[in-house]
Amino acid sequence: MNVVVMLKQVPDTETKIRITADKSGIEKGDIKWIINPYDEYAIEEGLKIKEGLKAGTVTVVTMGPDRCVEALRTAIAMGADNAIHIKEATEASDPFVIAQALSAAIKKENPEIVLCGKQAIDDDGSAVSGYVAELLNIPSVSVVVKIAIGPDKKDAKAEREVEGGAKHVVHCPLPALFAVNKGINTPRYASLPGIMKAKKKEIKTYSLQDLGVTAAATMTEAGYELPPERKAGKKIAGDTATQATELARLLREEAKVI
Amino acid sequence: MSVYVIAEHRDGQLKRVTLELLGELKRQNITAMAVILGGPEAAPVAQSLTEFGAAKVVFLESPELSQYSTEGYANAIHAYLSTQSPMAILCGATSQGKDFLPRLAAKFQVGMAADCIALKGSGTSFTVTRPVYAGKCTKQVSFAKTPAVFSVRPNVMAAQVKTASSGAPEKASAQVGIIRAKTVEVLAPATKKVDLTEADIIISGGRSLKSADNFKIIQECAAVLGAAVGASGAAVDAGYASHDMQVGQTGKTVSPKLYIACGISGAIQHLAGMRTSKVIVAINTDPEAPIFQKADYGIVGDLFDVVPKLTEAFKKLV
Repeated sequence: MNVVVMLKQVPDTETKIRITADKSGIEKGDIKWIINPYDEYAIEEGLKIKEGLKAGTVTVVTMGPDRCVEALRTAIAMGADNAIHIKEATEASDPFVIAQALSAAIKKENPEIVLCGKQAIDDDGSAVSGYVAELLNIPSVSVVVKIAIGPDKKDAKAEREVEGGAKHVVHCPLPALFAVNKGINTPRYASLPGIMKAKKKEIKTYSLQDLGVTAAATMTEAGYELPPERKAGKKIAGDTATQATELARLLREEAKVI
Repeated sequence: MSVYVIAEHRDGQLKRVTLELLGELKRQNITAMAVILGGPEAAPVAQSLTEFGAAKVVFLESPELSQYSTEGYANAIHAYLSTQSPMAILCGATSQGKDFLPRLAAKFQVGMAADCIALKGSGTSFTVTRPVYAGKCTKQVSFAKTPAVFSVRPNVMAAQVKTASSGAPEKASAQVGIIRAKTVEVLAPATKKVDLTEADIIISGGRSLKSADNFKIIQECAAVLGAAVGASGAAVDAGYASHDMQVGQTGKTVSPKLYIACGISGAIQHLAGMRTSKVIVAINTDPEAPIFQKADYGIVGDLFDVVPKLTEAFKKLV
């Protein structure tokens, strides 16, 4: 069973976002980059599937500038077998363009299972996985918290979270794509031998041209803004009972929200 | 060139976000068509959709659409709309909308913008605003190709009120194509929860709650107001709450009318996920906690004392 995991390098969640002077994006100078947390669950799930079946490979793929190689090496140190870097310096944000490149690279690997996180915590689009599945013409399940591969490895059942705390058990034939959510597993740390291996591992590299992706972006972005600052409001004084009664009154009479 | 809203319904009821989209388009004098999908049992809800300002309602009907599927929805909407040269396709950024919209946009060979909080239409084009980095900033997206495809966050825009019906829905036989991924079982939750992203009121607990059991006091307070219960990332990581309750950068981004943070200090990841709430209340023992900088009302105190008294105070009001 060959598994391909799509991952993205994103700013650490601690990052305080600053906007560039021309508002075309964010300041990237001193950002600490990490693997998108949801993609870490995807890597772990890929490794668990391979270990469970005692066969196959886990290949990680990312698209972006040269710094993204670091994320691929981290994934190899966790246990991935191979890594693919699609070099793209402009950090395209059009999911259609990104998915064309990713799906072209994934197709060459002929995987039975494609995994990724349910969203990247930078652009928060939750879109690329659906595009990739459509372009690969395979079924997809999003917001997945459990994957069970069928005994003959031809199909799978996945539990996906929907609103209101319910879950849907979705059955599909393989190959298929699963976009996973927090809660599916606990990602392992990189091992020391893994880190040594990752340093030497050769990483397959493609340009967009290599993958035959020439499509121009179908959308443009501009006007990055910080949200309006909230002002600190009033602190309510008194003993606990007074505070509680006064808060309830203010929410009803002043804020009119209850 | 028309604007199409893909309606969402569950248990025979339209989702409020569908009415929010129709309301916003109406306010901008943009003529909207509505598309609703379902099996024969969805006919009444399709009829009710005609009372919310859409110029026309199209009901794509097939027994195979009685149950939602990613491919069924994407295939059927694409098959119908590709004959209509749509200028824009909109839906709610719900669990369902987020799921099918990327596959639908891929079929139209265009990009898409997810979870928008503002839209501006000129009649021939759209510019949308969407939060990125969990709401630490926003950006504007415009579309170079048609259709413009985007989803809109629930709870942000005012819903269309009921008006005169535009007449019976136009029925079109849905071309669902091949559905490979199918729901074979629904696992209902032990207790039905209000989804955080759609809740009007959220009461969240932090690590100060010290145990999963202690979340009871938050739940009791929430029950009085019909509120959803949320949690900080720290509380989830400590195992006090399930991850579907997490508000913040690796959880859900929410914008309720009222957000009450109990024992949450206000880490940057959490603030990003709830800062667009209309009214924020903070209850924390530490007067210096960053959450107080964002809160409209603050109580410096122990949540174990304050929250039960607040529950009592709410009981007297509602």
